Amino acid sequence: MAKKPLGPVRRAFSPWDDPSEQPFIEFRNITKRFGNFVAVDNLSLKIYKREFHALLGGSGCGKTTLMRMLAGFEAPSEGQIFLEGRDLAGVPPYKRPVNMMFQSYALFPHMNVEKNIAFGLEMDGLPSKEIKSRVMEMLSLVKLEGFAKRKPHQLSGGQRQRVALARSLAKRPKVLLLDEPLAALDKKLREETQLELINLQEQLRMTFLIVTHDQEEAMTVADRISVMDKGKILQNATPGEIYEQPNSRFVAEFIGDINVLDGQVTNKELEDVKMFSSVLGSHLDVCYPTAANVGDHAALAIRPEKMRISFDKPERLGTNAIQGEVWDIAYMGDVSIYHIKVAETETLRAIVANTARLVERPITWEDQVWLSWDSDAGVILTR
Amino acid sequence: MPSKPSWFNLTSLVLGFSFLYLPIVILIVFSFNESRLVTVWAGFSTKWYAALLQNEQLLEAAWVTFRIGLTSATLATVLGTLAALVLARQGRFFGRTLFSGMIYAPLVMPEVILGLSLLLLFVAIDQNRGFWTIMIAHTTFSMCYVAIVVQSRLSGFDRSLEEAAMDLGCPPVRTFFRITLPQILPGVLAGWMLAFTLSLDDLVIASFNSGPGSTTLPMKIYSQVRLGVTPEINAICTILVVIVTIGVILASLLTKRQRFKRMEEERLAAAHL
Amino acid sequence: MTDPNLSSTDLLRSETIPPPRHELQDPENSPTNPTGKWGRFALICVPYVWLLLFFLVPFVIVAKISLSEAAVSIPPYLPVIDWGRGLLGLWEAAQRWSLDNYIWLTEDDLYWRAYVSSLQIAFISTLLTLLVGFPLAYGMARAPRSWQPTLVMMVILPFWTSFLIRVYAWIGILKTDGLLNQALIAIGIISEPLVILNTSIAVYIGIIYSYLPFMVLPLYSSLEKLDTTLIEAAEDLGCPPWKTFWRVTVPLAMPGVIAGCFLVFIPAVGEFVIPDLLGGSSTLMIGKTLWVEFFSNRDWPVASAVAIVLLVLLVIPILLFQRHETRRNEGDM
Repeated sequence: MAKKPLGPVRRAFSPWDDPSEQPFIEFRNITKRFGNFVAVDNLSLKIYKREFHALLGGSGCGKTTLMRMLAGFEAPSEGQIFLEGRDLAGVPPYKRPVNMMFQSYALFPHMNVEKNIAFGLEMDGLPSKEIKSRVMEMLSLVKLEGFAKRKPHQLSGGQRQRVALARSLAKRPKVLLLDEPLAALDKKLREETQLELINLQEQLRMTFLIVTHDQEEAMTVADRISVMDKGKILQNATPGEIYEQPNSRFVAEFIGDINVLDGQVTNKELEDVKMFSSVLGSHLDVCYPTAANVGDHAALAIRPEKMRISFDKPERLGTNAIQGEVWDIAYMGDVSIYHIKVAETETLRAIVANTARLVERPITWEDQVWLSWDSDAGVILTR
Repeated sequence: MPSKPSWFNLTSLVLGFSFLYLPIVILIVFSFNESRLVTVWAGFSTKWYAALLQNEQLLEAAWVTFRIGLTSATLATVLGTLAALVLARQGRFFGRTLFSGMIYAPLVMPEVILGLSLLLLFVAIDQNRGFWTIMIAHTTFSMCYVAIVVQSRLSGFDRSLEEAAMDLGCPPVRTFFRITLPQILPGVLAGWMLAFTLSLDDLVIASFNSGPGSTTLPMKIYSQVRLGVTPEINAICTILVVIVTIGVILASLLTKRQRFKRMEEERLAAAHL
Repeated sequence: MTDPNLSSTDLLRSETIPPPRHELQDPENSPTNPTGKWGRFALICVPYVWLLLFFLVPFVIVAKISLSEAAVSIPPYLPVIDWGRGLLGLWEAAQRWSLDNYIWLTEDDLYWRAYVSSLQIAFISTLLTLLVGFPLAYGMARAPRSWQPTLVMMVILPFWTSFLIRVYAWIGILKTDGLLNQALIAIGIISEPLVILNTSIAVYIGIIYSYLPFMVLPLYSSLEKLDTTLIEAAEDLGCPPWKTFWRVTVPLAMPGVIAGCFLVFIPAVGEFVIPDLLGGSSTLMIGKTLWVEFFSNRDWPVASAVAIVLLVLLVIPILLFQRHETRRNEGDM
């Protein structure tokens, strides 16, 4: 998977590794039921001050419900939510120091841009002079200075998105909640806006919580990602850890593309593990810290870009090599994805960068090739 | 869609709309007839309109009808909007089925039953019939129409607008007046207009619930129609038809113009970026 | 991975997608319920109490009076509950209630005939309205897009003008010396004027005319939604136009047909103004019977019993209609 270039270089930031650090937001054993449907299932999560945290998952995984509980639109069936150590139970949404940017933007159609941004400030009863200056400040922050008197329907999609952002930032909330903020934008604008969001968060030094189903978006903007499924958090880690050390099959397959081979652990010495794959009929070397013991069933997962293909068998030590036939080639421009049939029922994928122009493809359909990867390229998944 | 309608479709449109409009057109034409006969044309005259202005009973009835329409439509709009909010927003509560049943039933209930049942209530509580009893009767059945109209507006309403307002610190009741009401206002106004014309038109329910001195215009027209067709009735019918038609057309033109302006602005916004 | 909106994992896990949003909402416990607990109570109570008081209670009274007997008194029925004596008064009155009025309705065949002929007239005129309305709705749906809002407006407009006036307009046309007969004689189709007014035919015409918008609008809305590519597809597959009409257009318009028929049939059964003004004394309809019992005969208990029976008759079509509507709405979502 092609990783997006990061915005400005980030400072080293990892309060979650510091045991003395107090969480800014804490979900403690939260369960939310709608009738018989369990949307959030006994979930706990700590988010730290100035963190950009992403809740990532498919539709119905509970990520939006979790965010709506923090905003106060839903009450948890069980558990507590703390903000700066204060229990939020019973605090109505209009009294919570968090603001939300809605997926639909929810701009008030009967008010112009200025009035929309001023709405929250008016509710706080600020003097009109201050409201005015704050609105101007917000408009310049999102680069919409000339648009104060426009109504929402007179704006383009990208402009509406920025008004919604300005409106939710105007009150300087302790936490900004972003509910699929970029889902309605086209791909190019979405990528630009992701970088703008990162800059904004660095500039304002605020805590951001984003809900998204788009893994690239989560990887790009977030300090940490919580991958959710069926109301539970499967893994909560930095984008790099999520990608390189997924803790489960679901996470591995949800983020990017991955080859998964089922097998059984046959030998284990510290981190050096031998696995037998019955589908390939061969033993594989893996170097990965795992809790699996000899005899356990486990899966070996390797990212396609960590796979190599060649006509000759690579003879390097610590390399797994299996033979197969080129079944399909998907030319993507920057890379090509080779589908290699290694067994009757198993096709693995390898990504090869197209480093030269106008080169006759050396490896092509129906060629017999060797597929190889280093023993430390794979990850052992036990669930 | 084919750009040109076929002959069959064009014929059915022309025949269909002739059927709908010809009787009304004939009625209007004969209100300007010189002769007392409404079937033989004898020259143009406006004398029947002049005669209307002399007919104090008719004017009195028109005034009563107008007052009942105004008060019952306003009350029905308030109650109907509340009912729509209950149906659209309050989810389950004790007796919800009964409530929605009572909202929908008057729409399909024969008027004779509605009229009779309310009359029997007023008799049972020993209430003299007149202006107020008709007003309550009209409010009761037209609030159901208002509720349906407003509810359909509410169901197309983006709830995240209300959530956004509350998220920005706006308490619930204030949210209703600042966000919800401005958004559903077209529906509320349409509901009011519907309630007003329903009240204006009603004969059966008013007949059951009227008392001395509270004869409405439809009741007056009805009692005269039974005696025969006269150009005078044609004239008053023409006036009513013209008023309602102008009102409805104006209202639809206004909303159409607004929608057009909005679409134009949206197009411009999209073109700029 | 190229389209994040449609990742395969999303599709795979479709079974975990929660019920639709409106079912998820739990207004009672929702912190965003715009009213709070007492506000919610008041909001529900105001319209609820009004409807209970002026819609439901009157029906209970109708039911009660239908069990009483007529009397020359004010009010003209007996027994009158003596509320001054509380529940005892109710009890004493209840002991004198009887089903005599209902028995009377079954014995006098006038009522039977009125019910049967109401149903019959409503049924026939519903079919006729469908016959008249379908071509009109079809023509509207197939008209150029830019005409359609105006055409819909033109169908709705008569609905806003007074019912009474629209019925009245037909008297002058259908009379023996009316415009229709004059026109027909002038063209030479007939030599003697036809008697139309004060017959069932006039009632049919009146019902078709008055209820046509109720039939056309639902028909139009289902025909308008009909995707023209479906018709093109059918023709492309070798289906001739008339067959396409029966095999594609009509089945897809069925929800509109059913809704339109209910919307005409139900109110037509209890119609009063049309049979009274156009049908004359020869047409028997139950709405008119009720009116006569009440205003002319001043027999309130019998009028109440007639109303109750009419209501019972209508409950079945109303329930069927409601079920059809909920299904139709669910289908739309």
